[in-house]
Amino acid sequence: MNATVIPPFARTYRYDAIDREFLAERIAEFRGQVARRLAGDLTEDEFKPLRLMNGLYLQLHAYMLRVAIPYGVLNAPQLRQLAMIARRWDRGFGHFTTRQNIQFNWTKLEDVPEMLEALAEVDMHAIQTSGNCIRNVTTDEYAGASPDEVVDPRVYAEILRQWSTLHPEFTWLPRKFKFAITGSPSDRVASLVHDIGVAAKRNAEGEVGFEIHVGGGLGRTPLIGRRLYDFVPEAEFLGRMEAILRVYNALGERDNIYKARIKILVRDLGEEFRALVDAEYDRMPQQAYRLDPEIVAAIAAHFAPPPFARLEDRPLPQDPAFAAWARASVRPHKQPGYASVTISLKPIGGIPGDASASQMEAVADLAERHSFGEIRVSHVQNLVLPHVRQEDLHALWQGLAAHGLATPNIGLISDIIACPGMDYCALATARSIPVAQRISERFADLDRQHDIGECFINISGCINACGHHHVAHIGILGVDKRGEEVYQVTLGGSATNDAAIGELIGPAFGYDDIVDAIETIIRTHIAHRAPGERFVDTYRRIGAAPFKEALYAVA
Amino acid sequence: MSSKAKSRPATSPVVFSGNGLRDGRVAWMGTEGRWEPRLGAVTPFAPEAAAEGLALAQQGERQQRVVGVYAVELGADGLPLKFRERLRLGGPSIDAEAA
Ligand code: SF4
Repeated sequence: MNATVIPPFARTYRYDAIDREFLAERIAEFRGQVARRLAGDLTEDEFKPLRLMNGLYLQLHAYMLRVAIPYGVLNAPQLRQLAMIARRWDRGFGHFTTRQNIQFNWTKLEDVPEMLEALAEVDMHAIQTSGNCIRNVTTDEYAGASPDEVVDPRVYAEILRQWSTLHPEFTWLPRKFKFAITGSPSDRVASLVHDIGVAAKRNAEGEVGFEIHVGGGLGRTPLIGRRLYDFVPEAEFLGRMEAILRVYNALGERDNIYKARIKILVRDLGEEFRALVDAEYDRMPQQAYRLDPEIVAAIAAHFAPPPFARLEDRPLPQDPAFAAWARASVRPHKQPGYASVTISLKPIGGIPGDASASQMEAVADLAERHSFGEIRVSHVQNLVLPHVRQEDLHALWQGLAAHGLATPNIGLISDIIACPGMDYCALATARSIPVAQRISERFADLDRQHDIGECFINISGCINACGHHHVAHIGILGVDKRGEEVYQVTLGGSATNDAAIGELIGPAFGYDDIVDAIETIIRTHIAHRAPGERFVDTYRRIGAAPFKEALYAVA
Repeated sequence: MSSKAKSRPATSPVVFSGNGLRDGRVAWMGTEGRWEPRLGAVTPFAPEAAAEGLALAQQGERQQRVVGVYAVELGADGLPLKFRERLRLGGPSIDAEAA
């Protein structure tokens, strides 16, 4: 194994000898399985579940390896290693996903064991990035940095990761299972549309507890999660999670894939679901699941604040191009004199979430220089440097600009979420990426983007909704209509505290018409908006009628 | 079986497609029984010979050459009728990664 020097203050979880030994054994096992498959000793039907357990899918044009980035947190050597993998075994790119993971789209089966070894060198793997198990837990990309944070969600995301990794009871759930956890009152993790959404908070005594929503989700049946508990004490956290998963594992639908997610069970059982979970919890050996404060403290030590300098907040330089970037990309930090920086992976006309190997290396270098060697992946498919000195922002901006990473569009209409769609994904019914590219080109003018204000467009290439289209202000879903790609539009969705499923506005638009339709929607918003209103505010105030009229009125 | 064999009988000429076992790349098979990266390199089966073609294609699975074979119907222009298959033929419609 290479002796990788991890930046001392990058707050990623550090593997111990047991973790490393386990990974080495797991890779050796998969290497053997690949060899047996290539030799014909395993059929595809036998091999498929084995490769999926190791994050390896077969897509339209090649295998795709999905690598877990636990709660979206990376250190610089890890990002550099991902760049190396992209260059050596892929086509020099990686694609960051809405689950804060990375996918390599041009993988060869015979290369995968070596790719996994390269990942293990930096404490990474691809386990549980597929299959009906608990997937990568997502969290706030500004964890440990945001001024509004009351509890550091990384600590509990890591506890969930350890609990759920290879959990013997939950390896074969009725369907995949996704957690999101926030530690701020402002929900930046779309917690209400996850199987379990966790909001860590504190009571009047300052003790940590968890508000739990369950049964949210997107896909064919989009549902907002129901509140199950208002405040689960820290000690009971894992026990309650275990009880929820047990009830789901026992009662979730296994015969009909469209009804197999926990959201359907929760919807159908209503209040009875809570009673079942409580009964399960009551009969469990609760002491065995008690979350010991010492364990929490030991894990929290991995996420201790880096050694911030004592600084004061300072005014930013006036340079107009820098100011435009800073306005979109720079966010306040809890530590005076620091800021968090969001790096747009949405260049105008680019592929949302893609980064080239050299861009990954550049971000790794800049993170080491300016952010204690730490990088985050956001569920919006951007990167974040969490802890940057304000006095370094101008230099950082120049460094990013040199690599095409300074597009000043964070939170604006061209900051689009798009799933891979039919350009890669075997399940797709239409393309997503070129639609995103054309919309961002149409709205390229930055002044216009700022004039439109905050507006989230999300695009999915099929009803599975990996592009989170239901919870976008403007959601786009590509479907197949008699062999043609057409795009349904939903308006008024939200993924934050006021989570809402967007409403279908009317008949779908063709591939050639969808960008004009978005233009019409935006023009209608501009014509009707009150001062300071975002698109979604206007939509909620005036309703769908003016938009329908503008989109479908017979000329 | 991992083949996605279609139950509806073909009404147009068909070729068979799958992904290479080793590299996952798109592969095409026609009457010659060879798996080729280019559609142009294979001769389509007549619709009534589709079942015979499928048996030949499934041999490719058993020989560990390809995965997930299925029939692809071609139009009068010799290209797949379905948009999805045309995309598989040409690679992603986005050029940034088409190295
Ligand atoms: S939404 Fe559909 S097309 Fe897009 S990545 Fe998910 S499964 Fe594939």
